[in-house]
Amino acid sequence: MTSYDDMEMLRFTTAGSVDDGKSTLIGRLMFDTKTIFEDQLASLEATSHQRGEEQVDLALLTDGLRAEREQGITIDVAYRYFATPRRKFVIADTPGHIQYTRNMVTGASTANLAVILVDARKGVIEQTCRHAFIASLLRLQHVVVCINKMDLVDWSESVFNGIVEDFKRFASRLEIPQMTFIPISALLGDNVVAKSEWMPWYEGTTLLYHLETVYIGSDANHVDPRFPVQWVIRPQNGEWHDFRGYAGRVTGGVFKPGDDVTVLPSGFSTRIKAIHTNDGELKEAFHPLSVVMTLEDEIDISRGDMLVKPLNQPHVGQDLDLMLCWFSEKTRLESRGKYILRHTTRDVKALVREICYRVDVNSLHKVEGVDHLALNEIGRVKLRTASPLFYDSYRRNRSTGSVILIDEFSNQTVAAGMIR
Amino acid sequence: MLHQSYNVNHLSHLESEAIYVLRETAAQFERPVLLFSGGKDSIVVTRLAEKAFWPARIPFPLMHVDTGHNFDETIAFRDGLVGRLRARLVVASVQESIDRGRVREEEGANASRNALQTVTLLDAIEEHGFDAALGGARRDEEKARAKERFFSHRDDFGQWDPKNQRPELWNLFNGRKSSGEHFRIFPLSNWTEMDVWQYIKREGLEIPSIYFAHDRDVITRNGMLLAKTPYVTVADGERVQRMRVRFRTVGDATCTGAVESDATDLDSVIAEVAAARITERGGRADDKRSETAMEDRKRSGYF
Repeated sequence: MTSYDDMEMLRFTTAGSVDDGKSTLIGRLMFDTKTIFEDQLASLEATSHQRGEEQVDLALLTDGLRAEREQGITIDVAYRYFATPRRKFVIADTPGHIQYTRNMVTGASTANLAVILVDARKGVIEQTCRHAFIASLLRLQHVVVCINKMDLVDWSESVFNGIVEDFKRFASRLEIPQMTFIPISALLGDNVVAKSEWMPWYEGTTLLYHLETVYIGSDANHVDPRFPVQWVIRPQNGEWHDFRGYAGRVTGGVFKPGDDVTVLPSGFSTRIKAIHTNDGELKEAFHPLSVVMTLEDEIDISRGDMLVKPLNQPHVGQDLDLMLCWFSEKTRLESRGKYILRHTTRDVKALVREICYRVDVNSLHKVEGVDHLALNEIGRVKLRTASPLFYDSYRRNRSTGSVILIDEFSNQTVAAGMIR
Repeated sequence: MLHQSYNVNHLSHLESEAIYVLRETAAQFERPVLLFSGGKDSIVVTRLAEKAFWPARIPFPLMHVDTGHNFDETIAFRDGLVGRLRARLVVASVQESIDRGRVREEEGANASRNALQTVTLLDAIEEHGFDAALGGARRDEEKARAKERFFSHRDDFGQWDPKNQRPELWNLFNGRKSSGEHFRIFPLSNWTEMDVWQYIKREGLEIPSIYFAHDRDVITRNGMLLAKTPYVTVADGERVQRMRVRFRTVGDATCTGAVESDATDLDSVIAEVAAARITERGGRADDKRSETAMEDRKRSGYF
């Protein structure tokens, strides 16, 4: 069990359209890695029998809420966990309905990898394209296309190859650094955890093996040092009387004691005195560590400020150009609309200056001349903020390049944005 | 060295994520509170809170919703920990809610104060003006919890509306609310039972002795082993047996089932968890009341 204490973590999202076997695939991964427990299995068997089904429906495992069980649908992002001796996995399981683009964006925002399911009988359909577009928009570095239900197309290599060609043709207009194609049968388990005996022509790995071994070490930014201050720690007692530390999570680059740093927005420069944790001081701090920094000089610093390196600074400005996905069914994003924008640990007011275009997520066409974005619509938008932000492009850094918009009146999160 | 490795293992990743969530809670809310049950998950959250604000003290109080049906070991443990941390402890008592007529005690052989806790909890949140309650719930525990957010909104009746949750993107948590509303916050959302045990081992955390195998009088009821305590009525035909058991979760003594076990130290508990074929909450009578028991309780304001 020693290796179990020291595993990497891989977060992935699963996307597919209705009935293409996504829930069955997740059930299969959890079942074959022995993550499903006896009492869960007994509960599944009972529910399946009650509904008059002959086989145990693995999909029932992922339907959590009463309405979902009654209607046989998935309402919201659900998170699932399983582990193998190699890695611990977090799955963001998102529904495939047309109206739920919002959920896929949400699930993808914290993922390293996307698994996109395609029904071998249907091939690449509109929803497949939408899923691929969202994976690319959210800059997932790895996309695995699982061509499912191969058992229903006689395990045909030419069907598989045709779908791979179609997908690649569409994806050539996107930016997906790594694409992998795997023919599977989630229902029967072929190429999910165990290699299929029916497809000798397939020379690649199983899905699980791929998930266990895909290299994710370079996904985080270790180049541009960014430390948004979350909280100021001032014990004001005893031995720590004069301690003034800045708590936060490193969102990019590497910080070391003695490094020169610049504080934004004030622009003052100083040096890092020490990097503290309750377990001792660190020689260096990098993403995703949560630490406390002390500085050589006394500078007025508070939540929302950012520590960076003098020779590697983010953009500083009030005009943002971003891709925005609208989440609210009750309101629309309108030109001249005002919102609260959250970026790292900073809240500012923001005004919509221009909606440049909306993206038709099925054809990737830009629709110009639009004056609003409605639920699940994605578009390029220009915002003006009330005070400057310190940001990078989302392409360069997911943490310092992302924002959410909050409705001032309902307090709802109404949009997610990626800075261009 | 030319290429430095910046890999972080899963426990350190989960730890830094939880610390980030705890600091966001302190920064975004006026009056947070940490719900402390004496169970292993809340012990882990408390340790993470200690780390998040060190060398300062935890900047919010701990609150124990006390059903009065406790294992003695849990209360002794709670008081010891609070003393060491020099933290403020608030005790919200279900007995007081009963005495004040806010709730009525259940009757019968399966009577439990589990459901009554919700009223006591919501009353205490209102009385103290808490606007964020931190808890140790994990998404792997139960299927309704799989849909929870880190920052989970509750309306002014304390209710959870699973169809109207705020989307949670990247690590941008939206804790904005109207007056009267509050948030439940779950720093351990991405942890599994195994992660919690591994972390307890890595950190050398103390946990109540009932998590380890001991000899105890138990009653077998609905396939569960219930501890014989003054709060459990032995029905006709039920037999009290002396068995070697341990608890996988620690809740109210009336609804927390034990498992047969010889695991007397952390390594053997971890080995048992790895081999376990029944979920952690499989021994909880409160979850067995119906297929959607947890969802129903969460909607009305449960932990």
